[in-house]
Amino acid sequence: MSAKPAAAATTNKFNFSQFIKDYGWCYAFIAVPIILFLMFTLFPVGYAFIMSFQNYHVLGSTWVGLENYQTMVNDDIFWKAMWNTFIFTVGTVPVNVAITLFLAVLIFPRAKKAQTFFKASLYLPTVASGVTIALVWFWIYDPTTAGLFNMFLGLFGIDNIMWLGQSSTALFSIMLMSYLTGHGAGIILYLAALGGIPKSLYEAADIDHASEWSKFRNITWPLLKPTTLYLLVTGIIMSFQVFMSIYLMTQGGPNFATTTIAYLIYTHAFEYYKFGLAAAESFVLGAVIIVASIIQFKVMSSDVEF
Amino acid sequence: MISYSILILWVIITIIPLYWMLISSFRDTTVSVSFKPEWFPSEVTLATYVRFLTETDALRWLFNSIFVSSVLTLSNVVFSSLAGYAFAKLRFPGRNTIFWLLLGTMMIPAQVTLIPVYIMIVNVFGLVDTYLAIMLPMFTVVGNIFLMKQYMSTLPTTLIQAARIDGCSEIGIFRKIILPISKPGVAVLAIFTFVSTWNEFFWPFLVTQSSSMRTIQVGLASFKFQDATDYGAMMAGSMLAALPMFILFFALQRYFLQGITIGAVKG
Repeated sequence: MSAKPAAAATTNKFNFSQFIKDYGWCYAFIAVPIILFLMFTLFPVGYAFIMSFQNYHVLGSTWVGLENYQTMVNDDIFWKAMWNTFIFTVGTVPVNVAITLFLAVLIFPRAKKAQTFFKASLYLPTVASGVTIALVWFWIYDPTTAGLFNMFLGLFGIDNIMWLGQSSTALFSIMLMSYLTGHGAGIILYLAALGGIPKSLYEAADIDHASEWSKFRNITWPLLKPTTLYLLVTGIIMSFQVFMSIYLMTQGGPNFATTTIAYLIYTHAFEYYKFGLAAAESFVLGAVIIVASIIQFKVMSSDVEF
Repeated sequence: MISYSILILWVIITIIPLYWMLISSFRDTTVSVSFKPEWFPSEVTLATYVRFLTETDALRWLFNSIFVSSVLTLSNVVFSSLAGYAFAKLRFPGRNTIFWLLLGTMMIPAQVTLIPVYIMIVNVFGLVDTYLAIMLPMFTVVGNIFLMKQYMSTLPTTLIQAARIDGCSEIGIFRKIILPISKPGVAVLAIFTFVSTWNEFFWPFLVTQSSSMRTIQVGLASFKFQDATDYGAMMAGSMLAALPMFILFFALQRYFLQGITIGAVKG
C-alpha cells in the first residue's frame, strides 16, 4: 500500500515496527475472517482427517488405522447410498440445467416488464426455506387422496400411490420435486449471459439464412458455456450434499431407498456417534466432489473459444 | 405464442405449491378420508395459526431467527467488506496466498468440517443450546468475502490514493470513502446473508436441544414429527417462516435479481 520502508534499502534486517506501520491495517482488516477460517475450516479439515483413522471418544480416542475405511467399503448401505447419490445427481442436475436454459431462452426475447415478471415468479420458491418447500411437498405426496398428486390421479381413476412410502417411487419423488421448484437463480444468470452475446453474430447468421436451431447450436450454446459450466458444477456440489429434503420427507427410507451419502454421514455421526466412520465417509464425499468438479472443468473448457 | 403459453404454464406449476400452502393455512385442515382440496377457500379461519402459535414456542422461534439472522448479517457485512477491501485494494505480503487459500477451501463440502466443528463447539467449548453455538461458524462466510472483493475491485483506486495523500487513516478511508460508494454491493450482501441465515436448517438443528433455543426452521421441522397429520398448522407454520422472506423479496426485488449475477462467473 505504501512505498517500501527506507530502512530496508540499507540493512537487510527485518524491522518489525516498520512492518506493522506499513501493513498493520491490512492484516487488521482480514484478521477476524482469518482467525475464524483457521478455527472452523482449516483446523477441522486436518482434524477430520486424523479422526478418520481413529475410534473417536470424548475421553481419549484410540488409533485404529484403516479400520473405518474398511468398515465403510464393506458396508452394503454405504454403496447403496453412493448409488442413490449418483442416481439423484445424474437424474436431476442435467435435467434442471436443461429446464433452466429452455426457460431462459423463452424469456429472453420478451419485453422488459414480462422478463421481470417471469424472473420474479420463477425465483419465488427459492426465497422460501428448504424446510417450507419440503413440508408442502410432503403434503402434496400424501399417500391418501389428501395429497394433490393422488387427488389428481383419482380424477383419471388411478389408485393412490404411496409416493414416499415405497422403495420404487421414493427417490424419484424427491427428484421430481427438484424439477418443479425454483430454477430462478439459474434463469437470471442465463439471461445475463444471453444479454452479453453480441447482436451482430445473429445478424450475420440471418444474412446466411441460418435456422433458429442452427443459431442456437452455433452461437447461443457455445457462448453460454461458462454459465452452463457454473450451473453444472454448483448443481452437482449441491446434489451430492442433499440432506434436508431426505431428512424431512423420508428419513432415508423406505429400506434405504433414499439414503444419500450426506444422510448416511449424518446418521453415523449424530445417531450412532461413530464419528471416525462418518469422518472417513465425509472424505470420500469431499474427494468425489473435487474430482467431479475438475473433470467438468476439463471437459467443458476444452472446446470453448473466445 | 407457444413459448408464451409454456412460460405461463411453468409459472403456474412453480407457484401452485406456494398457493396451496397459502390457502391451506387459512382452512382448518386435518387429514381425513373425506378431505377435499379447495382452490378457492370457502371459509377463512385463523384457527391453524392460533394452534401453531399457542401449541408451540413459535413466537420464541421467530425471535431467535430474527436475532440470529440480524447479528450474522451485521457481522458478515462488517468483516466481509473490510476483508474484501483489503484483498481488492491493499498490497501486503501474503495477500494472494491467503486469498487463494480461502477460495480453494470453498470446494471442501461442509460435511468434512462438520464433525470436528461440532465436537469443538459442543464438547470443547460446551456451547450447546446457545446463540453463540448457532452463530459462530457462520460469523463470516468466505463466499461473502469473495463477493465484496469482486465488487470493490471495480471501485476507482485514485480516490483512495488521493485520500491517503491528504493524510486520511486507513480505517478512515474505509469508513468515509469505500463504504459509502459500496452501498449497492453491501445491500446485496446483507439481503442474501439475511435470507440464507433465516433459511438455514442443519446447523441450528444440530446444536440446539431445548425447544426455546430453536430457530423457526428447526422448530417447524420438529413440529412436523409431533403431529404429521395436522397439515393445517404445518402450513400456517410454513407461512410464518416464509412470509418475512416473501415480503423482503417483493420489497427489494431489484437487489435480489441483480445480486445473483455479482458473485457468479463472468461469461
